[in-house]
Amino acid sequence: MSKILIVGEHDGRQLNPAVAKCVTCAAGIAGGEISVALFGADTAGVAAQAAAIAGVKSVLRVDRPENTHPLAAVLAPQVAALAADHSHIFGPSTSFGKDLMPRVAALLGAPQVSDLMAVEAPHRFRRPIYAGNAIITVEADPAHKVVATVRVASFESAPAGGSAAVESRTLQVALPAHTRYVGAKTAASERPDLQTAARVISGGRALGSADNFKMLFALADKMGAAVGASRAAVDAGYAANEMQVGQTGKIIAPDMYVAIGISGAIQHLTGIKDAKTIVAINKDPEAPIFEVADVGLVGDLFQVVPEIDRLIG
Amino acid sequence: MQKIMVCVKRVVDYNVRVRVKPDGSGVMLDGVKMSVNPFDEIALEEALRIKERTGNVEVVAASIGVPDTQQQLRTALAMGADRAVLVETTAPIEPLTAAQAFLALVRKENPDIVFLGKQAIDDDANQTGQMLAALWDRPQATYASKVEIAGGKAAVTREVDAGLETIEIDLPAVITVDLRLNEPRYVKLPDIMKAKKKPLDVIALDSLGVAAEQRLKVVKTDPPAQRQKGIMVKDVAELVDVLKKKGLIR
Ligand SMILES: Cc1cc2nc3c(=O)[nH]c(=O)nc-3n(C[C@H](O)[C@H](O)[C@H](O)COP(=O)(O)OP(=O)(O)OC[C@H]3O[C@@H](n4cnc5c(N)ncnc54)[C@H](O)[C@@H]3O)c2cc1C
Ligand SMILES: Nc1ncnc2c1ncn2[C@@H]1O[C@H](COP(=O)(O)O)[C@@H](O)[C@H]1O
Repeated sequence: MSKILIVGEHDGRQLNPAVAKCVTCAAGIAGGEISVALFGADTAGVAAQAAAIAGVKSVLRVDRPENTHPLAAVLAPQVAALAADHSHIFGPSTSFGKDLMPRVAALLGAPQVSDLMAVEAPHRFRRPIYAGNAIITVEADPAHKVVATVRVASFESAPAGGSAAVESRTLQVALPAHTRYVGAKTAASERPDLQTAARVISGGRALGSADNFKMLFALADKMGAAVGASRAAVDAGYAANEMQVGQTGKIIAPDMYVAIGISGAIQHLTGIKDAKTIVAINKDPEAPIFEVADVGLVGDLFQVVPEIDRLIG
Repeated sequence: MQKIMVCVKRVVDYNVRVRVKPDGSGVMLDGVKMSVNPFDEIALEEALRIKERTGNVEVVAASIGVPDTQQQLRTALAMGADRAVLVETTAPIEPLTAAQAFLALVRKENPDIVFLGKQAIDDDANQTGQMLAALWDRPQATYASKVEIAGGKAAVTREVDAGLETIEIDLPAVITVDLRLNEPRYVKLPDIMKAKKKPLDVIALDSLGVAAEQRLKVVKTDPPAQRQKGIMVKDVAELVDVLKKKGLIR
């Protein structure tokens, strides 16, 4: 029988919504048993949240002060120790999971399936390569455990209604001191989170300045949307790095994605392929973004955006 | 600081629109332009800047791949690497195998820092640096957007989902780089000439005691699902109307 261990991302207070998506992915492994592991200084609160996800059999808490900040070098040996009696070890395809899971895989001598987008059998999965220009089906050698990062945009959240058992685990694992957390600079925002928002408005190089991006923030606030950006806009300093959408930024699947002044480079498109409706506003009728847009408008964003703002009041 | 190793992968150029072979056996690579993985150029640039700041540092470019990978290593030498090592193989190399091979090189070279790209734009795996750090039992700082080195330590600012995070790591260590770390220099013609004389060693993968194990077998390659062609609207009023009808805005 498959036993799947999901490494649960959280910030100490809230379980990351990606965990419920990983549960849906794991539930695709027929007859599997799902556990969620939580590492932190005090995971009581987030453990209760994980236990409430339908489909989770058990929640394993590993509380120790060294786990206050999720450092891959510190967490990986603990995940590897917990993984001993599991066949599959999954984490979300977020910066947390992408950093941690390969380190776990190497400790286990196991291969990793990155950005797992579909489970076809317990050892058969689909994942994108070449910025999503090709999808490969891979078969993992059952002689090894399977480590994977789950492409969260490919899965719906598992519903609430679970009542998993919560256990505390003490692991006899020596932790390295060679890696130390110093600090973080995060833009606390009232806006919806880019990775889970139902609506996203993104701006590209055409915005021309950080000041002009405020126009998008105002519109987003009216629509209850999150704000994203192309790499060009981030590189130019118009938008923060965490707003980048695409192959090397965030991969998202909102109900509506509005691309404003974004050309639609392949690296950008791979981040939005799973959006239900793509809206594109660009002054160039030949812009590649129109090839994937469900609704397109050719126009100058500096006229179009204020007008939308006015019309939706 | 004495030595920095930079891992440089030969990949399909990022401007090429990769297509899947009709029989699903892979992607079409014949005659396609090959380049240094863009992230690895950034990794090399960072190593060169450290060398220029501190002096007396040897920068070694390393790659694993087919014989033609010498082209990409020559580019790395032209950018400013002092020498290059090609671990030659024609077998497909999984990230864990690449990490094992780089570990063998690390044991020979004893670098203070190994720089890698955060991901290779062909397999989009985002694994090799983290795996090397694990096998080497040394720190990893992934997705670096700023690297400051002082007194046997590095303070690395990382691009994470919530914004920026800074960690401090003891050297030797593995650092994988993100897009905003720097802008790689252009290679000038005289540099290309000079690079021809720089040492480029070629060794066989199995001489490192590493086998190209296939733990993940690719059984099929498909094109991605195509989106339906959409509609064009003539003005903002129509746009808002369509979105309201779809229930996407109020
Ligand atoms: C290794 C690598 C990784 C990458 N990863 C990513 C990634 O994750 N995400 C990403 O987005 N990119 C990524 N890129 C970059 C990508 O290739 C493109 O360069 C980038 O997406 C372009 O951004 P843009 O569309 O904002 O800018 P441009 O391509 O310059 O497009 C600007 C668009 O705005 C339009 N425009 C101009 N003025 C107006 C106006 N007044 N009104 C309306 N429209 C206007 C123009 O017609 C044009 O289509 C990556 C590149 C590489 C090499
Ligand atoms: N065969 C290889 N040759 C050289 N460098 C590699 C190779 N494979 C991976 N790398 C390095 O590891 C990084 C991440 O690759 P990946 O884990 O495949 O996404 C790349 O940016 C390179 O720096």
